[in-house]
Formats: sequence, C-alpha cells, structure tokens
Amino acid sequence: MVPELGQFALVLAFTLALAQGTLPLAGAARGDSSWMSVARPAAHGQLVFLAIAFGVLTYAFITSDFTVAYVANNSNLRLPLPYRIAGVWGGHEGSLLLWMLIFALWMAAVTVFSRRLPEEMVARVLGVMGLVAAGFLAFMLFTSNPFDRLLPAPPDGRDLNPLLQDPGMVLHPPMLYMGYVGFSVAFAFAIAALISGRLDAAWARWSRPWTTVAWVFLTLGNALGSWWAYYELGWGGWWFWDPVENSSFMPWLLGTALIHSLAVTEKRGAFRSWTILLAIFAFAFSLIGTFLVRSGVLTSVHAFATDPARGVFILALLVLVIGGSLALFAWRTSSIRMRGGSFGLLSRESLLLTNNVLLAAATGTVLLGTLYPLALDALGLGKVSVGQPYFDAVFVPVIAPALFLIGVGPIARWKKARLPELAVRLRWALAVTLVTALLLPFALGRWSAVTSFGLALATWIVATSALSLWERAKHATTGANVWAWLTATSRAFYGMWLAHIGVAVLIVGVTVVKGYETQKDVRMEAGDTVEVGGYVFRFDGVTNVAGPNYVAARATMQVTRSGKNVTTLFPSKRTYFSQQKPMTEAAIDPGFTRDLYATLGDALSATTWLVRVQHKPFVNWIWSGAVLMALGGLLAASDRRYRLAARELREESHLAASRDPQAAAEVPTQKAARLTQEADHA
Amino acid sequence: MRKALMLVFLLLLGGAAWAKEAAPAAEDPRLEQRVMAVAAELRCLVCQNQSIADSDADLAKDLRDQIREKLQQGQSERSVIDFMVARYGDFVLWRPPFKPTTVLLWLAPVLLPVGGLIALFYWLARRRDEGETELSEADHARAALLLDSGREMEKK
Repeated sequence: MVPELGQFALVLAFTLALAQGTLPLAGAARGDSSWMSVARPAAHGQLVFLAIAFGVLTYAFITSDFTVAYVANNSNLRLPLPYRIAGVWGGHEGSLLLWMLIFALWMAAVTVFSRRLPEEMVARVLGVMGLVAAGFLAFMLFTSNPFDRLLPAPPDGRDLNPLLQDPGMVLHPPMLYMGYVGFSVAFAFAIAALISGRLDAAWARWSRPWTTVAWVFLTLGNALGSWWAYYELGWGGWWFWDPVENSSFMPWLLGTALIHSLAVTEKRGAFRSWTILLAIFAFAFSLIGTFLVRSGVLTSVHAFATDPARGVFILALLVLVIGGSLALFAWRTSSIRMRGGSFGLLSRESLLLTNNVLLAAATGTVLLGTLYPLALDALGLGKVSVGQPYFDAVFVPVIAPALFLIGVGPIARWKKARLPELAVRLRWALAVTLVTALLLPFALGRWSAVTSFGLALATWIVATSALSLWERAKHATTGANVWAWLTATSRAFYGMWLAHIGVAVLIVGVTVVKGYETQKDVRMEAGDTVEVGGYVFRFDGVTNVAGPNYVAARATMQVTRSGKNVTTLFPSKRTYFSQQKPMTEAAIDPGFTRDLYATLGDALSATTWLVRVQHKPFVNWIWSGAVLMALGGLLAASDRRYRLAARELREESHLAASRDPQAAAEVPTQKAARLTQEADHA
Repeated sequence: MRKALMLVFLLLLGGAAWAKEAAPAAEDPRLEQRVMAVAAELRCLVCQNQSIADSDADLAKDLRDQIREKLQQGQSERSVIDFMVARYGDFVLWRPPFKPTTVLLWLAPVLLPVGGLIALFYWLARRRDEGETELSEADHARAALLLDSGREMEKK
C-alpha cells in the first residue's frame, strides 16, 4: 500500500509541474499576474510531493519491501542501514528520483531568493524549470518508475553493487546532482532572458551567484568521485578518463567557462549571446551526463536497444531541450541588439574569451573521445576503444594554454591592455616561474620535462596571483592603511584569487604524484619487509574478520621510517555474501606531503601473500586544490554586492509602491541596471 | 651437539625477529615494468573500462602472462601489441590507431582549439574595425549623472 502513495505523489508532482510549466509562462506573456502567481505555490507543492515520494522509497528500502522491483534489484536483507538508504540512489530509477528531488529543492530556493526580481522574470524562470520538471517526471512515470511492483516478491534482494557500499556513495551522487541540477537555474535564467528579450547586465548579475554555487557543488562532486575511486578501486589511480567520469567533467569544464563569461557580461555587458549559449550547453551536458551514466548506453550501445522506450524518450527529451533552446536562441538573438561595451584585441575581455574558447575546445575533445566509440559502433564502422592513453595525450595540450592565461587574465586591464606594459608587470613572475621550473625538480629528486612543465604552470599561477594582490594593495595604500584596504576588497576578488590558487595546488598534486610516485609488488610472509619512498612496511600476517555482509582477510602492516613507528595499516580483501569475486580494500595513511597506500593481493600459499605498496607524494593536493576552488566559489557567491542589490531593491520598491503603485513595477529592473553600472565604475 | 642446538635456536629466532627483505612478486622487476607499460595500453575485454594492467580478471592475468612470455622471447613492445590487435581487433587498443574512421578523433583535439582561436581572432578584429560607438551629448550627461550617484553611494 505504501509504495502506491509514492506513486500517487509522483503523479501529483507531475500535474503540478505541467501547471508550473504553462500558466506562469502564458501569464508573463499576457501580463496576467494571477497566472504568474501560480509559479511559486506549484514549485513548493512539487517539493512536498517529491519529498513524500522520496521518503516512501526510502521507507521501502529500510523495511526491505522486495515487492518493489527497484528495491529487490538494489538491496538485500543483510545490507547495513546506511547503505540501504544510499541504495535509494544506487540504480537508474532511484537516482532519477534523487535528481528530481534536488531539482525541486533548487526551484524552491529560486522562489525564496528571487523576491527582489520582477514578477515576470520569476514567472518565466520557474515556468522553464517547470517544463524541465514535467519532462523528467514523465520520463520517470512512463519508463523508469521506481515504484513498479514485483509480484510475487523474491525472498531476498539482489544486493547493492559492493563497489557502491562505501561512505562515498552516501555523499558523492547527491553532491554531483546538486551541481548538475544547479545549472538548470542558470539555464532557466538564460531562457527567461531570451523570452523577455532583456539580455542585460541585470540578468547576468542575477544568474551569477546561482551558477557559481552550482559550480561549487559540481567541483566538490567531481573531487569526491575522484577521491572515492582512489581509495575504493584499490590500485591507487585517481582519474581514469572513464566515460562516467567524463560525463561529469564536461559540465564542469563548461560551467567554468560560464562563470568567467558571466563575469564579463555582468561587468562589461559583452559576450551576451556567448554566455547564453554556454548556459544552455552547461545544462545540456548535465542532462547528457545524467543519461549517459544511467541509461547503460556506455557499457554497450545495445543497452539502448534492449529498452527502446527509455532510449527514445531520452533522445526526445534531449532534442527538445537542446533543440528548443537553440531555436529560441537563433530566433531571439537576431532581433536583440547585442552590442556590449567595446574592448580591444588585447584586453581582459579578450583574454577571458580566449580562455572560454579553450575550455569549450577541451570539452569538445572530451566529448568526442567519450562518444566516438559509441558513434562508430552505432554506424557499423567497427569497434574502437578510447581510453587513458588517448586522453592523456590530447587533453593536456588543449588545457595548458588556458592554465597559462589564469596568470595573465586577472592582471590585464579591462577594455584595452598593452603587451609591453603587461610584459613589464609580469617579468618578475615569469623569472620566478622559470627558475622554479628549472631547479625544483632537482630538489625533488629527478628532473624531467613533464614535471618541470607542470611545476612551471603552478608557480606561474601562484606568482601572478601574488602579483595581482600586491598591485591592488600598492594602489590602495596611498592614504589608507592596508588592513582597511584588505577588508574593503570584495569577496568576489578573494574568491577568484583563492580558486586560482586551488588550481595551482591541484596542478602541483598531479605533477608531483605522476613524476615521483613509487610502487612495489612483492610476495610477503609474516616478518617480511619492503621499502618505498623511505618508508619500511613490515608484514605481520593475515587474520580473518567478519563484517555485516561479508568476510574479510585482513593483513596487518607496521610502517616505520628510520626506525620510528609511523602507522599500522590494515589492507584487506572482502568477499561479499552476494558475490563470488573478492574486493580489495586498500589501506591508506594520508598525509600532507605523501600518502602511503597498501593493497593485499592474492594468497600464494597459506602464509605468502602478494602485496602492493605505494608511496604517493602530494596526492592529497589534488583534492585539496579542488576544495580550495570550491571555497573560492563560495566566497565569490557570497559577495556583498548581490545582497546589497537585494536589500536596496526591496526598500526602493516599497517606497515607490507607497507613492505610486504603477511605477513600482518598473523600479527593480532600472535600479538593478544602475547598480550594475556603478559596480563597473567602482 | 651445542652447535646443532645453536642452529635450532637461531632458526626459531630467525622467523620472529629478523625481518627479511620481501621478494619481488615478479622474478624480473624490469621486465615487469615493460609488461605493465604494454598492459596499460590494452583494454581488458571482459571488464568495464579497465586496462589489462589494472584488472584482476582472469583474462587480464592470462594476457599479462602472454605479454611477459613474448617480451622474454625478445619480441618488441610493438610486435606484442600488433599480436593482440590481430587477435582481438582494434577494440583492444586504448589508444585507437590512426586510420580513415578515426581521422576525426585524432584531428579534432588540434582543430577544435586552433579553429576556435582563429575564429575568435577574426571576430575580435572585425569587432574592432566596426569602431567605437560615438557617445552623444545626452550619453555623456547620463554617464556623469550615474557617476555622481555612484560617488554618493560610496560616501554612504
């Protein structure tokens, strides 16, 4: 009975989405405020019903209700409670439900934080989101219903894939979906702006904090995924160019381009059509990512054919969303005068645009590598594989120039920069970079061109970031004290600064771990030792340990350095009751400058085991860099001017409303435009 | 007799207290490095998106053994890879070969950024040729007004 409640809630959410996707849009077109006012309650209603549906599915998982097919496929009586809850999004149907729930959360957030926006804008944004929600809910109800019954119920479920039985499963998908879905807000704002014909700086300012927050979540989601793969998959890699990874990396690349291009659109009114296009494509790639991962098309093109209904629905939805928005784009941008502030061939604008082109090219490269095998196979032109060796070879050359520009962009002036002047300002940063790149690899142990190049990029970013901070301080300190200047500088600047430093930290991690990691595969008996990176691992034998739904063989390894104890590691092999193949559980001792990584291999005899030990210098810098980038994003999104604009607009419209109700509606947009221009001058 | 006892004592002690250096898993670690380098280029056909180097599957182990055998016999890396392609097709290569059907795959990473940058340059140059928009008197007056209101705001 309970699962039917969930089903019912889904149907109600679907009807609300239909109402939200039509009435407010029509109302905005006709200027009918009663129709427009449908948007907010409809969004709130969807959140309530989707929360109910999600709660019902979770309840079915907790109570192991195997009459629900989805639960029977993804859970098991012996599955521990946290993983039964995470199992809700362990498969296709449930992850769509999670996607929708998060979508409803973002919609509700829009209703809360958009009070200052003109009613028409809110109605259009929520209307567009309602249409997307309706499409997704229809997909769930007609082809991927999580509440489908399985009668008679099997005595026990099939179990959640053991790889997914990990704390990472609890955090990683929700985080990633927060990012994916968050781009829908930027998308809805872009479409609303296209419909209204007002592609002004105010629109850019409104969508900026939303885009940045979505990007923050996506950054963290990708970092979590990489970290999870690193410790769970057991061979110490942290990025595999797996199609699943690629499909969350592409929206991130485009999102990165989008936040930079929005900055220019807000500050200088330029690149408007490009920004709109990016907003459309960032969301389109989020959709493609969701479907690629979940439809099974990646494992085989034929997964598509075994379930044609799903495949056709997905394609139709993608064509509708992408094709529809591009058609609207083509139709509207030709009629809107798009000329923004003028700028020279060399200027901060043109540098940011170059960075955008490179990021878009990088996205295109990854997309091609990911889909090429599928396309060839579907066309019957043979089967090829595209993997890590290919991506390593082609991605770095495309992205390296963009990383170099991180150092130049924030230094260059808006409107017009001069090369000689730039060169003079950057000469010390360049000198520091060259010296570091030449000498530091020797200090680390071994010089190689690749290491030197990676360290050069990282040093360049740090040196130029320091320069930009110092130049600002120098200009400001005439008269004022430094502290006053430091507190007066906007959070947006600090955010950008921190995020760029994060990129440098990430590059250091990638470069050093690639260049200096060491690994040894050995056969060990109790008492044997092996040394990597100056650390001695002593193998103290294997004991059997019972887990809730598995048995494990667990080795004890004592790690010492120069005779001093460092840590004890317990690498193990788990055999889950529901599976035959044992899974390796690596043991890791994390550290600021190195990770020690031990994995237990096969037993060669009763007392001898294969063991792999690895010394991974600076590997944590990879994820720390991503965390710094996310923190930078949060700082930028919390910038004072977004809140200031909000408060002023509210006060102003109240005042105006008390004097002249007619004019009140006009005020917010004008005011926002003025505030934007002031920000430019400031 | 005392010598024999001493030997037994030493043997008993040996296992517990004197740690010995573990033997490498492979008989020839340098050969193993070459094996793994080749294995990293080859797809494990029964796994999902893993290379033969990364996979624990039986097929991957078999193929690693075969690679080792062939390298031991003095064959080059190239000929081992060619052997695998002859047996399993291009599908086994993680780095697809350059041939008519993969021209686009290999050229796009060059064409996309270079083409994008050329297009960008032309667009920027054309934009500049169109010239700066002249500001009218009214525009200047409006700008001055906005600047003033900006300053007032800062004073607040």
